[in-house]
Amino acid sequence: MTAERSIVPTGSPPASAHRVAELTPDLLLTEEHQMCPGCGEPLALRVLLDTLSQLGVAQRTVAVMGIGCYTSFSGTMDLDLVQALHGRAPSVATGVKRMLPDRVVFTMQGDGDMVNEGLQEVVHTAARGESVTAVLLNNGVFGETGGHMTATSVIGQRTKNTLEGRDAEYHGHPIRIGDLLATLDGSAYVARGSVHNAGAVARTKRMVRRAFESQLRGEGFSFVEILTMCPTGWFVPTAEGPGYMDDTLGQVHTMGELKARPGGGPSDHASGALAPEARPGGGPSDHASGALAPEARPGGGPEGGVGR
Amino acid sequence: MTRRLMEGSEAMAEAAVASGCRFFAGYPMTPFTELLEHLARRLPEVGGVCINAESELEAVGMAWGALATGARAATGSTGQGLSLMQESFSEITLAELPLVVFNMARGQSDYFQATRGGGHGDYRHIVLAPMDIAEAVELTQLAFHLADRWRNPVLVYGDYLLAHTAEAVDVSPMTFAPLPPKDWAVDGSLGGTSRSRTVSSLGVGKVNRPGGGIPAHFEAVVPKQAAITAEEVRVETGFLDDAQHVVVAFGTPAKFVRYVVGQLRAEGVHVGFVRPISLWPFPYEAVAAAAEGVRSVMVFEINGGQMVDDVRIGVQGKAPVVSIGGISTDGSGFGVGPLLDVEVIRGRVEAVVSGQEVPA
Repeated sequence: MTAERSIVPTGSPPASAHRVAELTPDLLLTEEHQMCPGCGEPLALRVLLDTLSQLGVAQRTVAVMGIGCYTSFSGTMDLDLVQALHGRAPSVATGVKRMLPDRVVFTMQGDGDMVNEGLQEVVHTAARGESVTAVLLNNGVFGETGGHMTATSVIGQRTKNTLEGRDAEYHGHPIRIGDLLATLDGSAYVARGSVHNAGAVARTKRMVRRAFESQLRGEGFSFVEILTMCPTGWFVPTAEGPGYMDDTLGQVHTMGELKARPGGGPSDHASGALAPEARPGGGPSDHASGALAPEARPGGGPEGGVGR
Repeated sequence: MTRRLMEGSEAMAEAAVASGCRFFAGYPMTPFTELLEHLARRLPEVGGVCINAESELEAVGMAWGALATGARAATGSTGQGLSLMQESFSEITLAELPLVVFNMARGQSDYFQATRGGGHGDYRHIVLAPMDIAEAVELTQLAFHLADRWRNPVLVYGDYLLAHTAEAVDVSPMTFAPLPPKDWAVDGSLGGTSRSRTVSSLGVGKVNRPGGGIPAHFEAVVPKQAAITAEEVRVETGFLDDAQHVVVAFGTPAKFVRYVVGQLRAEGVHVGFVRPISLWPFPYEAVAAAAEGVRSVMVFEINGGQMVDDVRIGVQGKAPVVSIGGISTDGSGFGVGPLLDVEVIRGRVEAVVSGQEVPA
């Protein structure tokens, strides 16, 4: 099952990785953050903010934040922003978008926020085809409370309330939220990326760009799930975070584009939602020319799903 | 002035539209449903939006987002539905967003919920309780004005009778004092300028312009309650000058009580009434003044006894306080029960006046 790993050694990262790692997006007010060492969320933030800058939409964007570790980004993002309750960002974003239909509106939520507390919110927002982009930072754990099981924690994952590992018989099964949202008629673009190595970061950035481009075309609901490392909440050494992610979350929440509407045409959700040809590197997802930015091929990482 | 026969739900919807409300989200529930229906029809006609939300949780969340952009927005339900919204009510108050909430209640048993709230933390909502449809039209428009003036939610307490009976009313836009600009709202235009805004209940800003943080924010927002208490008490009183007995009632039952008191006065009975129009802030001073030298202060409310607590606070032991209301609904539990009847109310008032039920 496990294929070749795509971890880039930190001792000799490719030049493109330097460009990502050392980039300070225009919309980041400070390079400092309050996250733990090895956390993937600051990298996901940089990907997001840099994409908004490149799309030239910073001065017509409203962010809606959920509650989790990443909530502290609300102070470092130079964007107009509304702080929502835990789980409630999609409904708040709906109200914002309906009053400001020509603005770009996105949510940032964690897996506890979106898939536990507010699952109904994101499902209905997607089903309505609400023209907002939801960004999920999925690390399979409640990081802010100190490492507890969420609805995306994978079978066998040790958390503070699944000390012997998540047991399907006792704790139930993880929800693959991206796959679920892709089945809904109102979702136009659904993808799952990660930030556990340079190649994955570059692919995730293309996904984020395509999601916002989909919103700008008014296609419906767009969704990017970003797997992020949480070595603190996983109880693994910092340096082992990317490998642990690849071996655990990455095997269940598999990466790739799950749904896209090529060229902004009519939805092909019925057939294309989960079709393998919709994955990056093949088929319809290459349509968005702008998405294949020059920086998008760092280090020759595999174009298909990472680790598969 | 043009008057048209409308049921209360339609009149309140028209009043919301006349107030400039352009966003509403709700979930059907008797007897709130017709308000949602009318807004679903009317708001798109004026360029607004009405969403049939997946639940009350999302309805209030959607209104939250609309409010953050500076729009006038509202939500509503019955008390049962509002129970689901309480977490958001608390945080919206701390985010200082001007939400208007309609409770088309199943009777008056949501008095505690409306005036004390079921959410967490130190928050208060201004609560306005119209006695009839004409007053509901005025108080609905006042609600949007007060919400903006104070940047604090305002709840309009209606009920089944108000929602489902019709009166000929005029719903012309009312004029209020000018309001300050909404320089706190977000429109997405300030990204990348280092002046971007945050709408938050937590008092946090950006790193280059940090807010005071949670404790300082709460300490800044909560004292607003004292100013609202000083300025926004609304009350109607009648026949108090030589009254020996006083009846306190709110909402649609107060109109029945006012009629009964008028009847008794015509017959020479020394009885007056106090009708709180704002349930919060409660007219404690008016109740205290009315209680001076009287033999009893009666409270008529269609519930197990809730406002009677506030009346006791106002009376401060100066007179016996007697509950003469009670639980009363129709068979469905949604509508009007046998207690809301002039003869029944009159009988209970007369019993107290004749000394039958005044505690020693």
